[in-house]
Amino acid sequence: MISVEKLYKSFGELEILKGITETIDKGEKVVIIGPSGSGKSTFLRCLNLLEKPTSGKIIFNDVDITHAKEKELNHMRQKMGMVFQHFNLFPNLTIRGNITLAPVKLGLMNKDEANAKAEELLRMVGLLDKAENYPSQLSGGQKQRIAIARSLAMNPDVMLFDEPTSALDPEMVGEVLSIMKELAEEGMTMVVVTHEMGFAREVASRVMFMADGNVLEQGAPAEFFGNPQNPRLKDFLSKVL
Amino acid sequence: MALSQFADKFYKTFIQDDRWKYLTNGLKNTLKITVFAVLLGMVLGFLIAIVRATHDKTGKLSILNFFAKVYLTVIRGTPVVVQLLIIYFVIFASVQVDKIFAAVLAFGLNSAAYVAEIVRSGIMAVDNGQFEAGSALGLNYSKTMIHIVLPQAFKNVLPSLANEFIVLLKETSVAGYIAVQDLTKGGDTIRSNTYEPFLPLIAVAVIYLVIVMILTHFVTRLERRLAANDKR
Repeated sequence: MISVEKLYKSFGELEILKGITETIDKGEKVVIIGPSGSGKSTFLRCLNLLEKPTSGKIIFNDVDITHAKEKELNHMRQKMGMVFQHFNLFPNLTIRGNITLAPVKLGLMNKDEANAKAEELLRMVGLLDKAENYPSQLSGGQKQRIAIARSLAMNPDVMLFDEPTSALDPEMVGEVLSIMKELAEEGMTMVVVTHEMGFAREVASRVMFMADGNVLEQGAPAEFFGNPQNPRLKDFLSKVL
Repeated sequence: MALSQFADKFYKTFIQDDRWKYLTNGLKNTLKITVFAVLLGMVLGFLIAIVRATHDKTGKLSILNFFAKVYLTVIRGTPVVVQLLIIYFVIFASVQVDKIFAAVLAFGLNSAAYVAEIVRSGIMAVDNGQFEAGSALGLNYSKTMIHIVLPQAFKNVLPSLANEFIVLLKETSVAGYIAVQDLTKGGDTIRSNTYEPFLPLIAVAVIYLVIVMILTHFVTRLERRLAANDKR
């Protein structure tokens, strides 16, 4: 579904990604872990080209999108949902408005269809009663659940999560992870950057360890956590587990 | 004694020869100029701000951005009275135009420069995550701008925009330079007819003050309404 070939990304002098080649298949739940500054988030943000790669290719649904025109790029992004660490809900719109804005303005649904979809998604994330509230009236966990619903309203083929629970108070992490679990069980293709090792162990079909701009080790969670090979990974796991 | 003197002056200033009409007609012109100049300034200012912000954010529109910067430098670097005189006596030297129209144009073009920088700062103050969230949903730059960023930017800068409106209202008092009969000129005309400066000029000042206070009141109410979605 998504292929990455020899992906390099630098910010000025600083080289963040050093030639990553990976393929993510339909239905996979890839969880990326690694120390801060390892390039996890940059890698994820390159997948939907929020960051432009310095060199290399991103191929989505068999189309090379690395140098796509803005129009194709926007079209591709409709199929790639993204959830941010800081939610990035639109404070000027109600929860309903947040969810229905993109489908309506992009002409994918009319108002009634989008409202029906929003209600379905709000029921799924358990926040139907908040439809007419504004984001600032919600807790962090609730905001992130709405952000997930907002992405799902576009019926994406894949969902990217960029540290979705890192900005949350501890007691709110669970509610967000449980929705992500539900989504995984429904068969959504997911790429998740996170520090939640429990989630990685339980939900991932593949865990990927990144450090210094490279993928150093990856595998099924049982093997990955049970029998790590790379010394950097062993060291990392000994600190976080 | 003092009271009858005051009544006499009051009569001379406002009642005799229907002199109050200088003030009411002047006020009408002042409001006309202000309202149309504000409209022109807002529309043009928003457009310039969008050009500037788009350039800052994406690096596109560099030619338009260059002209916008020249415009801002010239307008903000010269006094509004000089701009007014140039527009009326130089640009419209050979064509007969309505003085009020010339004044609207001068004050509108002037205000646009200030509005542009106010709005641009408002756009730049919107968190970059908002642009990213829009892009990630597949919205293009202009849709993200119109539906997500500009409403937030507008709310951020509303107090400054209102202030610009108030500044503009008071700035139009120099319209008399091209012999527009605005409120200030009206008061001054009474003064020169009666040789009695106190009452007409104080009356003019009070009228400006009352209008500004009314505007401030409405802006505060609007701000409160816009802040509704910030409440916890």
